[in-house]
Amino acid sequence: MSATAASPPRPDPPHPEPGGPGLGAPSGPAAPAGERNRSAVRSLLRLWPFVRPVRARLFTAAFVAILASCLGLVIPLILKWMVDGPIAARDTGGVWLGGTLLLAVGVLEAALFGLRRWLVARPLAGVEASMRAALFRHLQRLPVAFHDRWASGQLLSRATGDLHLIRLFLAFPLTFLLVNGTTIVVGFAVLLSQEWTLGLVLLAPVAPLVVFCSVFETRFSLQARRAQDQIGDLTTVVEEAVLGIRIIKGFGRHRSQARAFRELSRRLLDTELRKARLLGGIWAAVTALPELAIGATLVWGTIQVADGELSAGTLVAFLTTALALRWPVESLGFLIAMSNESATAADRYFEVLDEPVPPDTLAAGRPAPDPRGETEAARDGLRFERVVFRHPDSSPDAPPVLDGVDLHIRSGETMALVGATGSGKTTLTALIPRLYEATSGRITLDGRDIAAMSREELRSLVSVAFEEATLFSASVRENVLMGAAGDPAEGDLARALRVAQAEEFTAALPRGPETQVGEQGLSLSGGQRQRLALARAVVGRPRFLVLDDPLSALDVHTEALVEAALREVLAGTTALVVAHRPSTVLLADRVALLSRGRIAAVGTHAELLRSSAEYRHLMSGEQHGQCEEER
Amino acid sequence: MTATVTEPPPGDGDARESRDAKAAPPGPPGPPGPPEESERPEASDAFDRDVLPAPKGASLRLLGSLLRPLRPRVAVAALLLLLQQAAVQAGPLLVAYAIDRAVPALRAGDGGPLAAVAAGYAVCALSSGGLQYAFVRAAARVNQSVLLELRGRIYRHAQVLSVDFHDRYTSGRLISRATTDVEALRELLDEGLQELLGVILSVVYICSVLLWLDLGLGGAALLSFVPLLLIVRNFRRRSMRVYRRKSTATAAMIVKFVETMNGIRPVQAFRRERAGEAEFGRLNDRHLRFNGDAILEMARYVVSSRLVANTALAAIVLWGAYRVASGSLELGVLAAAALYLRRLYDPIDRLGMFLNSYQAAAASLEKIAGLLAQAPGVPEPERPRRLPRPAGGRPGRAVVFEGVRFAYRTGGEVLPRFDLEIPAGQTVAVVGSTGAGKSTLAKLLARFYDPTAGRVLLDGTDLRELATPELRRGVVMVTQEAFLFSGTVADNIAIGRPEATREEIERAARAIGAHDFIAALPEGYDTDVRKRGGRISAGQRQLVAFARALLADPAVLILDEATSSLDIPGERAVQRAMDTVLRGRTAVVIAHRLSTVEIADRVLVMDAGRIVEDGSPADLIAGDGRFAGLHRAWRDSLA
Repeated sequence: MSATAASPPRPDPPHPEPGGPGLGAPSGPAAPAGERNRSAVRSLLRLWPFVRPVRARLFTAAFVAILASCLGLVIPLILKWMVDGPIAARDTGGVWLGGTLLLAVGVLEAALFGLRRWLVARPLAGVEASMRAALFRHLQRLPVAFHDRWASGQLLSRATGDLHLIRLFLAFPLTFLLVNGTTIVVGFAVLLSQEWTLGLVLLAPVAPLVVFCSVFETRFSLQARRAQDQIGDLTTVVEEAVLGIRIIKGFGRHRSQARAFRELSRRLLDTELRKARLLGGIWAAVTALPELAIGATLVWGTIQVADGELSAGTLVAFLTTALALRWPVESLGFLIAMSNESATAADRYFEVLDEPVPPDTLAAGRPAPDPRGETEAARDGLRFERVVFRHPDSSPDAPPVLDGVDLHIRSGETMALVGATGSGKTTLTALIPRLYEATSGRITLDGRDIAAMSREELRSLVSVAFEEATLFSASVRENVLMGAAGDPAEGDLARALRVAQAEEFTAALPRGPETQVGEQGLSLSGGQRQRLALARAVVGRPRFLVLDDPLSALDVHTEALVEAALREVLAGTTALVVAHRPSTVLLADRVALLSRGRIAAVGTHAELLRSSAEYRHLMSGEQHGQCEEER
Repeated sequence: MTATVTEPPPGDGDARESRDAKAAPPGPPGPPGPPEESERPEASDAFDRDVLPAPKGASLRLLGSLLRPLRPRVAVAALLLLLQQAAVQAGPLLVAYAIDRAVPALRAGDGGPLAAVAAGYAVCALSSGGLQYAFVRAAARVNQSVLLELRGRIYRHAQVLSVDFHDRYTSGRLISRATTDVEALRELLDEGLQELLGVILSVVYICSVLLWLDLGLGGAALLSFVPLLLIVRNFRRRSMRVYRRKSTATAAMIVKFVETMNGIRPVQAFRRERAGEAEFGRLNDRHLRFNGDAILEMARYVVSSRLVANTALAAIVLWGAYRVASGSLELGVLAAAALYLRRLYDPIDRLGMFLNSYQAAAASLEKIAGLLAQAPGVPEPERPRRLPRPAGGRPGRAVVFEGVRFAYRTGGEVLPRFDLEIPAGQTVAVVGSTGAGKSTLAKLLARFYDPTAGRVLLDGTDLRELATPELRRGVVMVTQEAFLFSGTVADNIAIGRPEATREEIERAARAIGAHDFIAALPEGYDTDVRKRGGRISAGQRQLVAFARALLADPAVLILDEATSSLDIPGERAVQRAMDTVLRGRTAVVIAHRLSTVEIADRVLVMDAGRIVEDGSPADLIAGDGRFAGLHRAWRDSLA
């Protein structure tokens, strides 16, 4: 259950794994057993709110299971009665009675087992589903900063594997710890009441068995966890070998990768064999100890039967009961192990669910009384005031990504944002729809502090096209209209596709705009995806538009066409456009240069080419001005 | 720019590659689950293309070929299990003996039989424990060796398969083959198979002992297996149906989940939370329904098999008791029979669990067999040749495409027959719209594909005759996707030349302008790219990829859209490096930005798989062909 076991390395922004995900797998065995058990119980108790709705069924099912289990213990008693009574007396009528009784009990037992499963099947699947829905709901509302830290594979393993374990726990260990416990107590009561000496002999191996099992279980789970980690490492090697296949092949590096793979495989094999040795030990004890006790009972019982102190029927009943009790005793160890595993799963689940969703509007949100009056503020545009941003998980002494950004984009204006690779341009754009929360400072839209707005409202005002164009598994139409609030008019789709120059290729798709795209649909080229993302951003005619390098994947021709159409859209909105190239910069009225976490200069393209060496460098690649060549 | 979507070109364009990159995160969600576990990502690719065609019976042959070298070990394990079961099943026999012989003997003052019973039971108990221990270890050795070999085979095979295959078979699926599918087999081997063998053996033992004790009782027990087998068959059929529906539902749910989490930025920015929740809720409900169906199917099986078992027990005991009462059967035999019958029907529940894990494993094995049945598209030469020494002391090598044609096996022709010569040391820019065949040309030169007809020659030697290490000293390709392997930045650059010293690595990074940002990372060149502080942007990753190529110092360098994420200073640094560090090397540069073309000696314009213009940049710009038009548009865009 180790968190590291399955983290699939992503080809994209490498995911730094801070403490968070790793903590999901407390390697329990190291902790003192008592404390661990208590915390396991506490973890499992947290499941109660989800189980509550089905508690009646669950309790009924447990009761039914106890009943069924105890019925199983009645069968040997009937056998005994038959052996000592009708059989010994050669009473055929009695034999019939016994047989019918046996049949009735057997049928009842089967029916009760079925009833139990039927009672819990759908409710428990429902618990699993409701826990999963709660997780999904919560994850969607967690900030982007959280998702930066957690690979989706980690979250998925909680939504599937861990929840599955939890359902199994509710279906089996939870019920059967109770049922088997009761069965053992009742069973031994029956045995002791029949003949207490024999009962004690049978009882003898229980204590050593439980001790033995728990000791081995601890050592085994240690090895099991190690094996899982090693499988995780192996998986990483496989994943990288597949994801980086073009590089491995391109540089002919098969051998070194294969060596790493072999090395890890060997290590895994060793661990697995160690595991097998421990498992073999447990099984050997579980098989041999009860058998020895039964053997002793048999010998002792035979002597008593021979002495006439015990009836043959009692001995048969005794041995049958002992046999019936073997499984409940053996199962205790594995039920406890399963419960521990489920406790870990519950910890992993709640670790994510406990992650607080930041408040919708920040309490610190100042209403920003504007001295310039209502009408003037309503046309204030987009304003950054001393905005500082530091990644929430970065060390406090690292320099912040944005260190006091002041920028004013006038209403209706288009501002280009230019800066060197890694200067924080994308981060700056992500602050506007509050995908990240500014560490300090404030951002206002038409004079209103975005921190004081609900996210819902803010995001209905701001529309974004991301550098990495993500399409969802849905039709082209749905993907684009996602950007429109409420009920979009029929013409909106066509207009947006036209702006993004996506009309032509959309029409050429097998089912036009109804064609499924994304993970489960047709795969589009990078340029095509980027154009659809652009269409999505402009379809809702947003008041504020944020475009992150929207044309990077387009070829020269298409880029020129998109630019021409985009100008019209930009004319009617307030926009911030991240730009790498002069052609994109020219969409804007003014340009802001982001450097060392601040806005170093603002002006028109021509002004900045004249006044800023850094800007010249970014736009032409030359250290010394060659702007004349640009013209 | 025409749409090329109707037939996604695996070779050209970035459609597939980016899809790969997106497909990766679903990965394996992790912990191997309990036997009836089925919510695995493997289900996430339950698409029609998932199972590759494999010859009939390939799964069984694969399993056979994995087990064959282990035959002695398998035999030992089987023998151990055989003996172990014999020891376990001897118990009730001793009970019968004790009641029927030892009791009368004791009454007659003879303790011999009882001593025999005591000794027998002790031996049986101890040896069944000991044999169990030995068997678990022997079986684990067999199982783990099989899995080791299978993982190794998948891994090696994936490495051998051509890039063409990797383009079509997404990385996510390949990863599931090596992880979750192997895991399913592991579960079967670990728990299921041992269980099944145990069940079969104990059934055989118990039935034969019963037959030996009393023909009638044994025959009745055997007869009871007829309805049980029918129930098992019925369960298999029904559960397979439910199982399949459930795994489709699981797959849909997983796709939605992963897609939402990977696209959390647009989800939040476009306020899709509520819509996403409704959609996920729908999928979750459907999964819930089928999940419930699957559990109920199991319940049905347990009830009906229990019912048959308990009825059979009652009937046989009744009959036995009747016969004891009438004197035709001994009491001890009846007691033993009753004990045996309880044991006989005990493992039936577990058989259901086994059938579930068997179904999962069989499906997985089929997928793995399909993958392994794929023939590598780019085989290693049988008698590799060496490249001649570079002529005239120049580091570059001449490239010749001789009557080359390339088509996909499905028939779509990408490059019609063409000839092309690139002299040593020349820098060639290839331009054209998406789908024109630029990347295919590059991949033929890098021998990621082999041509359908014709030959690609490097200094007169066919690429197909070069062993991989020799080929890679000659040709290196840098692609758009700049993947970083886990490890330090320095490790990643050193992939270009593993034996390189730290100075050489830094020199390469400096030459490409990557030194500054690397030095600014928390631990400089020793920063782990997957750990905290390793935030490396797309442009920076591309610079690392370039440093790798510089370090490899190949005779022929291919850049396939390798500058797309770079800003202008980055692009310039690459151009400078090509002009200095890589001077004299043969280079093929594919780019949709025409800035790269400025440093080229020669430009090839491609359209629909053909080279439609070929000449020096100056000549082409001066003319009035496509390139002149493209170039004008580009100049305008700079204005």
